[in-house]
Amino acid sequence: MRTESRLSVVPALTILLLLGPIAAGLVGTVLPAFGLMKVGGGGSFSLEPWHMLFAEPGLFQAAWISVKTGLLSTLGALVGCLLLVAGWQGTRTFSALERLLSPLLSVPHAAAALGLAFLLAPSGWAARLNSPWLTGWERPPDLLIVGDPGGWALIAGLMAKELPFLMLMALAALPQINSRERMQVVLSLGYGRVRGWVLVVLPALYSQLRLPVYAVLAYSMSNVDVSTVLGPTAPPTLAVLILRWMTDADLALRGIGAAGALLQLAIVVGGIALWRLGEIAAAALARRAVESGQRSAGWRDQTGRVLGIVIAVLAGVSILAGLASQAVWSFAGRWRFPDVLPAQFGLRSWERHGESALDVTLVTLGLAALAAIIALFFVLGCLEAEHRRGRSMGRAGLLLLYLPLILPQIAFLPGLQILLLQLGAAQGFLPVLATHIVFVLPYMFLALSGPFHAWDTRYATVAAGLGTGPEGVLWRLRLPMLLAPILTVTAVGMAVSVGQYLPTLLAGGGRLTTLTTEALALSSGGDRRAIGVWTLALTAAAWVPFAAALVVPRLVYRKRQAMLHG
Amino acid sequence: MGEGLKLDKLDIQHRNGRPLLAISAQVPAGETVSVMGPSGVGKSTVLAAITGTLPPAFRYSGEMSLNGRRLNDLPPQERRVGILFQDHLLFPHLSVGQNVGFGLLRRTPDRREKVAEALSEIGLEGFADRDPATLSGGQRARVALMRTLLAEPEALLLDEPFSRLDAELRGKMRELVFERARARQLPVLLVTHDLADAEAAGGEIIQLT
Repeated sequence: MRTESRLSVVPALTILLLLGPIAAGLVGTVLPAFGLMKVGGGGSFSLEPWHMLFAEPGLFQAAWISVKTGLLSTLGALVGCLLLVAGWQGTRTFSALERLLSPLLSVPHAAAALGLAFLLAPSGWAARLNSPWLTGWERPPDLLIVGDPGGWALIAGLMAKELPFLMLMALAALPQINSRERMQVVLSLGYGRVRGWVLVVLPALYSQLRLPVYAVLAYSMSNVDVSTVLGPTAPPTLAVLILRWMTDADLALRGIGAAGALLQLAIVVGGIALWRLGEIAAAALARRAVESGQRSAGWRDQTGRVLGIVIAVLAGVSILAGLASQAVWSFAGRWRFPDVLPAQFGLRSWERHGESALDVTLVTLGLAALAAIIALFFVLGCLEAEHRRGRSMGRAGLLLLYLPLILPQIAFLPGLQILLLQLGAAQGFLPVLATHIVFVLPYMFLALSGPFHAWDTRYATVAAGLGTGPEGVLWRLRLPMLLAPILTVTAVGMAVSVGQYLPTLLAGGGRLTTLTTEALALSSGGDRRAIGVWTLALTAAAWVPFAAALVVPRLVYRKRQAMLHG
Repeated sequence: MGEGLKLDKLDIQHRNGRPLLAISAQVPAGETVSVMGPSGVGKSTVLAAITGTLPPAFRYSGEMSLNGRRLNDLPPQERRVGILFQDHLLFPHLSVGQNVGFGLLRRTPDRREKVAEALSEIGLEGFADRDPATLSGGQRARVALMRTLLAEPEALLLDEPFSRLDAELRGKMRELVFERARARQLPVLLVTHDLADAEAAGGEIIQLT
């Protein structure tokens, strides 16, 4: 009985864990933005932070770049993902691509962005492979490809990184909406693959995909990590500007930063509203298309299919080639332009940076493991409480989970930093851990709820008949049988933690260094060999837990066939 | 009176009040009552009500008792009602021996001997360390039965437990189950859509429509 009541407080505690830092952060943003709180004390209502914000040169340009890159990259990733799934789902090509794209999902944003920067840089593989025979370049050209003022490199980077995410979310949703049966019907009516899919599968799929799409849109409009690496610099995106104010030595700039954070929040809300209008317009067009009865089985359908596969392959290959390029740079000795490979390979970069990279890797993984294990405890508690009450989380619960994923980090983390400064609270490990959990927990919950609910509850009925209560069922049956998904989900949580940049930087007050903060700190310096070492360590830190999650169940259950192929 | 499993005007409804089925039954110790009906009529929900695991989409009224104990408000694990399903549901992460011994209390003296004895009773000597996935269908069915009996239930519920077995095995398994239940004087409630099962059970047949 006592465990029952203890379990029933877990969902409430989880909500507190998610909303606490967000609410504190928003308070810490709103107050200084209106002069009501000043770092160092005092303060009364004033609009001065806003006057100062709007007096900033380049503010509108920065805001425009944020909106443009966010909307275009999300649209590109979504269209690419939908064309791919529409045109190729169920084919062998598709399974191959799925295997290629799935591991890319866990590559941290910073590592992927730096990889793309390596490829596109004037001395990168893209230029080397085409020089001098095509371009005539004998030395690296003086061209601004990465960080172009139009933000196109940023758009490409965001597209490549978000496409795998959207694709996996779509794949998870498709079985729930009987996409196969729907397609059989529409193909038998003579519709083309893509057109038929768009008309009968997409409407049901999109309602499942909507929240992930909003999360991608919000991230793309407000991210700092990818923008720092691939985005324009004068001015940068709004989020990067805000971060500059928030980390400036001059504490007076925190007020502008707070006002900027609220502006960023408004931009994201507005962007999502605009996107919603686009959804309504697209739905109206689709209705007209259904009524027209046109089947479009010919060349237009083929074009859609080809476009889908080209976008997906480009996304996958560019991220993979970026990682490969980092590996080559980290081992490169002398490497002259336009040689495709270095003249010599060596371990010098690893000797120089390897030891400190290893130290930071251990800190990063320790933080990630702690965040993921704490989050796992709450996720399992919520799922089990839900199960025992015989109720499942409603729509409100789902929205709550998505709130940390949709609300821009840059809109409330600065406030959290200001609040911590104001309270004189220690910045450092604990606040970082708490903010990591805010972003780790939702992904883990979303990933674990499927396997948890898919568990056959008749095992529990059998066990009850053997005299075993709910505690025994949980610990002796459900959790051991779910070992593989639990470990995979823990790896997901760790990968999310490893990739966090702003929470580490802002809640840590710059005192905690992880692989992500170090890689991004190096990114402006341009030492490719050092960046190669650090980003490889970063990607490895995100992948190692997945490898463990694959191997451990195989060892534990090596004598239990049904557990290996379940 | 009071002996055996008793269902008194058990009336199962959907949560919105739409009636699903109603049943009354008296199963004396050592005998079997069969519940028959086409699929979809809700036969298995009768068993779920008795085990205390009725899905939240349903509710019931009426009285259920076992050997004079009222079952209605007892948590499932205290009802002492064993159940066998058609997919024998051996716990896949445990060995055959751990499966059979699952219902024994942790401090049971001579636990290993009890398990070994139970296994030899069903012709599976030396199977204690085997992986359940390596067993044949008939062997699994026997292990599931022994797992249930070793926990010393006071009643046995059967949810189409023979329908996955081929014809020859089915006859043997029926014989084994009913014989063991009779030997232990257990009341048995069998849910099936196969008349041959119900006839082999030899007791009263209740037809749900």
